[in-house]
Amino acid sequence: MSATVEVRIPTILRPFTKEQKLVSATGVDLAAVIADLDAQYPGLADRLLENGALRRFINIYVNDEDVRFIGSLTAQLKSGDSITILPAVAGG
Amino acid sequence: MSAATRLRIPQAMADAILTQARAEYPNEACGVIIGRDGIAERLKPMFNAAASPTFYEFDPKDLLALHREVDDNDEEIIVIYHSHTETEAYPSRTDISYAGEPGAHYVLVSTREEIAPATEFRSYRIIDGVVTEELVEFIL
Repeated sequence: MSATVEVRIPTILRPFTKEQKLVSATGVDLAAVIADLDAQYPGLADRLLENGALRRFINIYVNDEDVRFIGSLTAQLKSGDSITILPAVAGG
Repeated sequence: MSAATRLRIPQAMADAILTQARAEYPNEACGVIIGRDGIAERLKPMFNAAASPTFYEFDPKDLLALHREVDDNDEEIIVIYHSHTETEAYPSRTDISYAGEPGAHYVLVSTREEIAPATEFRSYRIIDGVVTEELVEFIL
């Protein structure tokens, strides 16, 4: 069953979403939601993924959980879940 | 959002950042300044999850909590700062590749020994890989 979720878009990616902060997407898992986001906002997936995995400097959360602890791209979603995308704050 | 060409920061906040940097030496120290309408209002030191002399990273859970707090209060992150402990206060290649907040001032401080007891406190915009240094105005 495909879930409908809301996705919070960080400032740096809002040029892809016509400056919308909150968008809606559907999918059974995070990979499917990212594919749906990319269909709506072409180019967005490339900013989130690298060689088929989450980019190191992007954090994605399902509700309060960092997806890296719940299966990353295979994290299962249910309708009403809230996804937050945040660029890592890091450097050298 | 227009990029300001200068950072105005209360002297006490700048002093607190340098104090934190010295306290966390030899690891890099990091944190944010939160405010509204571009005005720096409150300092929030963050835990360096990398605990390293050459790298800093906000813990992903802390980062989410920070954004929730800022959103709930209708605030914004004005400054993201960290310290360099052995090099000048200029963004490293890693700093530039990670910089993901085009609206923030990136402050770097240096506590390197060769300039002690002096320190450096400098501010930059980092947008699409381009670093632009800006004036820092210390206010009361």
